[in-house]
Amino acid sequence: MRALLFALVSLLAACAGAPTTPTNPTKGTGDLGVVVERGSGTLAIVDTSERRVLAEVPGLGDLSHASVVFSRDGGSAFVFGRDGALTRVNLSTRRIEQRVQQAGNSIGGAMSQDGTLVAAQNYQPGGIKVFDAKTLALVADIPAEYAPGQRSRVVGLADLPGKRFVFSLFDADQIWIADLNDAARPKLTKFENVGRQPYDALVTPDGRHYIAGLFGEDGLAMIDLWADKPVVRRILAGYGRGQEPLPVFKMPHLRGWAVAGRHAYLPAIGRHEVLVVDTQTWAEVGRIAVAGQPVFVIARPDGRQVWVNFAVPDYDRVQVIDTQTRQIVKTLEPGKAVLHMEFTPRGEAVWISSRDANRVTVIDTSSFATQATLPLAAPSGVFFTSRAARMGF
Amino acid sequence: MRAWPLLLALLAGGSAVAQVPGGAREAQLVRMVRQDCGSCHGMTLAGGLGPALTREALADKPVESLAATIYHGRPGTPMPPWRSMLSADEARWIAERLLAGFPKETR
Repeated sequence: MRALLFALVSLLAACAGAPTTPTNPTKGTGDLGVVVERGSGTLAIVDTSERRVLAEVPGLGDLSHASVVFSRDGGSAFVFGRDGALTRVNLSTRRIEQRVQQAGNSIGGAMSQDGTLVAAQNYQPGGIKVFDAKTLALVADIPAEYAPGQRSRVVGLADLPGKRFVFSLFDADQIWIADLNDAARPKLTKFENVGRQPYDALVTPDGRHYIAGLFGEDGLAMIDLWADKPVVRRILAGYGRGQEPLPVFKMPHLRGWAVAGRHAYLPAIGRHEVLVVDTQTWAEVGRIAVAGQPVFVIARPDGRQVWVNFAVPDYDRVQVIDTQTRQIVKTLEPGKAVLHMEFTPRGEAVWISSRDANRVTVIDTSSFATQATLPLAAPSGVFFTSRAARMGF
Repeated sequence: MRAWPLLLALLAGGSAVAQVPGGAREAQLVRMVRQDCGSCHGMTLAGGLGPALTREALADKPVESLAATIYHGRPGTPMPPWRSMLSADEARWIAERLLAGFPKETR
């Protein structure tokens, strides 16, 4: 019944607003974005100026944990599905342009600095695959083989300047950099013993530092990529202070957005805290008690606020940290099972997905007033085209 | 729909079988497994950072050990103990359903 309803809605949407050519061919893509409807394998195309859904594109497969990167022109979304499919959706025609089944189990991807290469990070088979962003032809297959016959699941993939990608090997406690300047012969740089179980990572907005969160120990692994000979350095070591960790019901996510001014705001593992680290000295300068296990810790583009959402069972709430006082200035309840938050390009609003409330809520980040609610089926990731212009996205 | 838990209880029978949680709670548990466990194990339970939980993947696993893993977690791995959100019976019920091929969400 539900599937039928969705099909009907999609059909209606297709009839109403999604002809094969754009409704307004002169319209740019700078205020467009997508919302993953994870239960139905559908991508909703949204307009952040009009605050509405423009179209829904079905047929993207298993979108649990789906993530998205954008083409350099902001015109296409590359969707990485859990089932290993990589799909290119054209935001203007609102259609699937290409789709390749590139792995058995995938969790995300990255776009090269020059926009020519798109890389997928895979759990099964463990490794990354790099594709031509225009054609989705395979350019390089890099197995995360850390011992003969042993492949690691890959996490924390990010782009680095100069056609390079950096990623972490969850099962091997390693960080690798793949240089694709000669795509036929990718050059790998490997860092071993970075710390136990890197679970996700970020590259700072300037592309200088790569920071991997560690699940298996208190601390994070950091590499200064501008150093003559980059080495892994432990930061925030022992942040748990020997206390028994709380259960982690969902792995936190890291991205470059956690950096606000000179400070990075990072989720603690097994503690209901956000850790604040000075990115000049890499010393801890504070920690902020929050409502649960943080999942996303995201700075508003200006860095004045940091928004935090949480793992189950505290995932009905979102908290806002003022970075000047490092106090929580607002706790919101935008709907059950908040999975993701995305700021509009300059941060006047944030879009928050509430999976179990089947809606996305648009909130004014200065007044905290709700500007719009968009009914969407089990929404998870929200991604705006402004990511196309940011390193690490 | 309401008769379903009763039917399951009848089908399952025997004292070793977990007490059936009941209609609304059961739907919650199914959703919890698909959606929240799904963030590591995948919505289709085909695996991710956590291993696959399909019937085929679990074929050689005793129900007791599955129930214990759900309830107490698995130290040294990211698998947390779910006892703050589940009773032991509910953990066992989930383990049994996983072994039988986990139900889809009905709504």
